[in-house]
Amino acid sequence: MGSDNLTKLNGPKYEKMKQDRSMKSNLLVDCAIAFVSGGFICIIAQVFKDIITSGKLVDLLGTADEKSASALTVLFMVFLGALLTSLNVYDNIGKVCGAGSIVPITGFANSIVSSAMEFRSEGHILGVGAQMFICAGPVIVYGTAASVIAGLFYFLFTMG
Amino acid sequence: MAHKKGNQTYILDKDVIVRHSECIVGQKESEGPLGKYFDQKADDDFGMDTWEKGEAKFVEATYKKLLSRCDIEENLIDCILAGDLLNQCTSSACGLKESGRPFLGLYGACSTMAESLVNGSLLVDGGGMNNVVCMTSSNFCSAEKQFRFPLELGCQRAPNSQWTVTGCGAVLLSSGGNGPRITSVTPGIIRDYEISDTNNMGAAMAPAAASTIIAHLSDLERDISYYDLVMTGDLGLTGRELCRDILKMHGINAPKEIYDDCGAIIFDPEQGTCAGGSGCGCCASVLCGYLLKLMEQKQINKLLFIATGALMSAVSTKQGEPIPGIAHAVAIENI
Repeated sequence: MGSDNLTKLNGPKYEKMKQDRSMKSNLLVDCAIAFVSGGFICIIAQVFKDIITSGKLVDLLGTADEKSASALTVLFMVFLGALLTSLNVYDNIGKVCGAGSIVPITGFANSIVSSAMEFRSEGHILGVGAQMFICAGPVIVYGTAASVIAGLFYFLFTMG
Repeated sequence: MAHKKGNQTYILDKDVIVRHSECIVGQKESEGPLGKYFDQKADDDFGMDTWEKGEAKFVEATYKKLLSRCDIEENLIDCILAGDLLNQCTSSACGLKESGRPFLGLYGACSTMAESLVNGSLLVDGGGMNNVVCMTSSNFCSAEKQFRFPLELGCQRAPNSQWTVTGCGAVLLSSGGNGPRITSVTPGIIRDYEISDTNNMGAAMAPAAASTIIAHLSDLERDISYYDLVMTGDLGLTGRELCRDILKMHGINAPKEIYDDCGAIIFDPEQGTCAGGSGCGCCASVLCGYLLKLMEQKQINKLLFIATGALMSAVSTKQGEPIPGIAHAVAIENI
């Protein structure tokens, strides 16, 4: 190998210099914002669920029982996430809220719709169809795998 | 013919004149601290239906603008040297397909502007060519799509990550005419210090930049104060300080009056760009829109321009490979 003119620099030393010079994110503030904003999204969902179970909007939505109210709430939140993504709003929410807007199901909708929008220019089959799960795919795969493991434990501990 | 001095520097013997330069930048860049120097701006998609076509349009429009402003007949252009960040350099190829002139595609990641100037000046100096266009481009939207996440994904940017500049810069090098001269060039050596974080590319490239600056100065037996300004390409705020530290470690004092970085000055951190600008178009637009104007107005007379590149791909980073850096230096002087 040829000579290196950076005679005074080596890997471990540079790693330390990098750590010293790199800007750090404020973990505590980020966590607090994520906690509050994520909670706020959940409040929106809870308010929606309370409305449809209370029967106050019977003419508009009908009255739902507990189980179908949960399903409807999930549908509503996914729709909300998708709508805000398509209106170019959700990415701006995400810039401020971070994990607070990624973790709720609105964030899941955002990851799918944003990918679909991004790859629309590559066609409906190989673009939208093939690429829309590039961000959400891992969540589905490992979510399914985790639920199988959880189910196995549930089965083992409730057998007797 | 250029002659070699030291380990890797070439001194140009003939006149290689930076006859004219032009750039077009995106909206965000025009709102940055250097906005007043960029005389043409365009939307990121340049009115096209895809980001990729938009970037090609940036290249085409900049090339046409260069030709019309410097009043040269198209068939006198001997060669166009161009490159960009997209897979297989499609923006440059598509943008220049109507040019009707010989084209050589280059890839040096974000170092492509200096790479094209190194090649172009050597071709004018000894390759029998009289007029060579050197240009590069990058586009925030198409680069995000290729290297990061969909634009509308609601995620936060890491504090040391950089914002790809939407912009295209083009320089016409000629064997005659008026303008500053390229006097020497130092092609860089790949440096790898095992940085694999794509959100800290300034740190990946800083050793390469420092290495090329040290090589250039020692090959030519010059002190850094020989230059009025030493500008690296797109190290950003983090990388610029690391580069300064490495230079200091090797006995070169580079205060902020002499040394700065294009990526660190093109945006204001208030614009949400984290550690600053990056991409081929970053140093290309700062060189063509700002630095060469300073030279024209004689505010600076000796410029060392070092474009820096992170030699990674979307695949290599996913496989956890470290990011090797490269940097090429070009000395431009008013003589």
